[in-house]
Amino acid sequence: MKDFAALYWRLDATTGTSGKLAALRDYFSAAPADDAACALHLLSGGKQSRAVSTTLLREWAAEAAGIPLWLLEECYAQVGDLAETLALVLPPPKADAAPGEAGLAAWIRTTIEPLRAADEPRKKEIVRDAWRRLHADERIVWHKLLTGGCRVGVSRTLVARALAEVAGIDPAVMTHRLMGGGIGSADDYRRLFSSEPGDADSQRPYPFFLASALDEPPESLGPVADWQAEWKWDGARGQVVRRGGACAVWTRGEELVSDSFPEIVAAAAALPDGIVLDGELLAVRADALLGFSALSRRIGRRRVTKKVLADVPCAFVAYDLLEEAGRDLRDQPLAERRRKLEALSLPAFPAPGATLQLSPRLAAATWAELAATRASARDRGVEGLMLKRLASAYGTGRTRGEWWKWKIEPLEIDAVLLYAQAGHGRRAGLHSDYTLGVWHEGRLVTVAKAYSGLTDAEIVEVDRIVRATTVGKHGPVRICSPTLVFQLAFEGVARSTRHKSGVAVRFPRIVRWRRDKQPEDAGSLADLFAMIDALPTPEPAT
Amino acid sequence: MADLLELTPQGLYCREGDFHVDPWRGVPRAIVTHAHADHARPGCDRYLCAARGTLVLRERVGGGAPIDTLRWGESLSINGVKVSLHPSGHVLGAAQVRLEHRGRVWVVSGDYKVEPDPTCDAFEPVACDVFVTESTFGLPIYRWAGPDRVAAEINAWWRDNQAAGRTSVILAYALGKGQRIAAIVDPAIGPIVAHGAVMKMVRAYRDSGVRLPPIDGVPPRARRVGDGRALVIAPPSVAGSRWLRLFGEASVAPASGWMTVRGIRRRRGCERGFVLSDHADFPGLLGAIEATRARRVLVTHGASESLARLLCERGLDAAPLATRFTGERPPDDATDDEADEPHDVRAAVEEGV
Repeated sequence: MKDFAALYWRLDATTGTSGKLAALRDYFSAAPADDAACALHLLSGGKQSRAVSTTLLREWAAEAAGIPLWLLEECYAQVGDLAETLALVLPPPKADAAPGEAGLAAWIRTTIEPLRAADEPRKKEIVRDAWRRLHADERIVWHKLLTGGCRVGVSRTLVARALAEVAGIDPAVMTHRLMGGGIGSADDYRRLFSSEPGDADSQRPYPFFLASALDEPPESLGPVADWQAEWKWDGARGQVVRRGGACAVWTRGEELVSDSFPEIVAAAAALPDGIVLDGELLAVRADALLGFSALSRRIGRRRVTKKVLADVPCAFVAYDLLEEAGRDLRDQPLAERRRKLEALSLPAFPAPGATLQLSPRLAAATWAELAATRASARDRGVEGLMLKRLASAYGTGRTRGEWWKWKIEPLEIDAVLLYAQAGHGRRAGLHSDYTLGVWHEGRLVTVAKAYSGLTDAEIVEVDRIVRATTVGKHGPVRICSPTLVFQLAFEGVARSTRHKSGVAVRFPRIVRWRRDKQPEDAGSLADLFAMIDALPTPEPAT
Repeated sequence: MADLLELTPQGLYCREGDFHVDPWRGVPRAIVTHAHADHARPGCDRYLCAARGTLVLRERVGGGAPIDTLRWGESLSINGVKVSLHPSGHVLGAAQVRLEHRGRVWVVSGDYKVEPDPTCDAFEPVACDVFVTESTFGLPIYRWAGPDRVAAEINAWWRDNQAAGRTSVILAYALGKGQRIAAIVDPAIGPIVAHGAVMKMVRAYRDSGVRLPPIDGVPPRARRVGDGRALVIAPPSVAGSRWLRLFGEASVAPASGWMTVRGIRRRRGCERGFVLSDHADFPGLLGAIEATRARRVLVTHGASESLARLLCERGLDAAPLATRFTGERPPDDATDDEADEPHDVRAAVEEGV
């Protein structure tokens, strides 16, 4: 535990890549395999579940510290991180505490896993005993394990690089071995270091190649003939892996979602063996796209009921071929991969009834022609265009210059700050979580929450104004008299019965602070309804 | 009976004695607890402070106005109000103000700490009916590890930096914490260098009889100072400035009670930070309040609402008091440095002196 906590804090204190890399290398070269396997799971953002409710933790910590619960909440508002708040208010550990004795795996085995099945008094006993043995810095990390929120600011690429260096193998091979998680035991961890290729029959996907947002005019990319244009779908990025007689569906979050998409698994069985497709999971009925919110009813579920299957039919729209006949094609140019993909003869979208479809190429002789195509994106229910260099290999991570997303301009409205709450992490103690409203019948009604989008200096300034204009408090939320106007951008807007205002906006974020505007100048609910009416009507999800 | 102190636009005012305590505007007569800028403003006709703090206060309020002094515990009657000063342990000469009138006793704490500090006299509990306390770190998350442990951490960091050929730059208030750090670190490790604003107060401290290790100033128009072995003490306003380039590769670490909170450390963008404050931590505040045996407690700057509520729940008559004192400001508060540094610091920073 001590070693993992030390790694956690070393990564936290280091801003540079080389420093983080060194910290990871040092940890993995020294850690026993069972601890390293647990650490790897946590570092790669693996699933963790909450072993005890935070409500109980708060109560027990307040009791142990001898303070009322409301005071603990005040502390939380200042610290902005519950794990840290609890660690700081608790009395210091016993002087003879020796937390370094047990490793991370043993701590998880003895203090986290038994909690799930334990009754409340036993839970409390385990937690209080751990508190007595851990120092404040270690408590924070342990609390994060306990509440299932242990996230560390390192990319998977960096973890893979560090492990590759420790193992003395190619980082690309390590990245591939790490895909799909599934490193649960010391044996799994040791296999990462194997010098043999091994996993031929595995269902692992390839690391996803990502696109960057295009912020220059497309003309800057050179001749349009060098590029492949496709729709930017409003779905979930995924890979369909067909190997060794089995099929698997993966999302970009490296989550295995085969169970959520049984029809795609069934359709993929018809593909020849040794194929990996890269593409998009879409909710689609006949030729109508149902949108991302419909799709999320499928992705989140382990077991998909017949009703959901019928309500939200899904298809996989392929735009790249990464493996054919068991051969890795990623080094080949996109033009060649595309030719092979088209040779699979999948029907091009929209192909009603087909579960595997081909994402069509959008033909254009000039950038102007493509711009005109892009202008129709919102009406078609897609997010814009993807531009991929025909000569590009399928890389890993995000390599600027090869793939671009050329999204349509977001929808926008000016909204007024109504409530503010202190942020977390780097923004702890600063009011940076905002609830914004627009006008309706002479009153301001809330329509969106936005976690800033302002510069650090602006956040500090807004924080001061929030404190000065607070007219009431609701727990950690400050109610402000309306003075600040922000330009709010969002990807979509829809009617909603779950929102008091009757509308739901998608991906709201603040574009800029409109210092030139007064609250009276802000937009209205009617403006939002007008935007909804201007959109094409999708099939209702149910 | 009316309160002995009331809040006016000029600050805390004693009507019976016709004087102010730590006024934030110019007034005819000001009793000043200590020389930090949020408590000691220039522009008053006449000042009263602890004898130990005279030179430091003179540095801050400039020439001209007379400064009367009292030794610790010595009393003076001002229009029938008996006034005495008692050490608050905050910085050199920092005082608590005890006021007695017709059997009622009020004590204004100013800023205080209960931890030991070799550069100033130790906090002394003063029994009273009404205690006006600060609450800068009045939340239970603030619990200091003790100056010995912090000194050991600073020494270790300084040695590590030396081994890597990096200068160690510690950011601390020019008055008080800068001198305290110089006094608690191990001067055998290497040379101690101070920024001009800190140096000015080092001289005032020495002239007041405080023993400090050898400290070098930064020569004017220097292009390069030291060879990576020095510990540099500088005010927080130098962070990110050209002045820091004088020292080549450097590790910069603020010393502040706020460094307890990770979010604040990260916002500051420093890899290191030391939890060292000249204010009382939460247990320190509760202990000091209890020691006064006051039945009524007025809580100023900091976590005043929370602390007052907690004291009420524990059976005291407590309420927040809205003063303009700021205490130790969180580091991202832009007014921080101005509030506590003499005006010439910024000029010095900009000139790269």
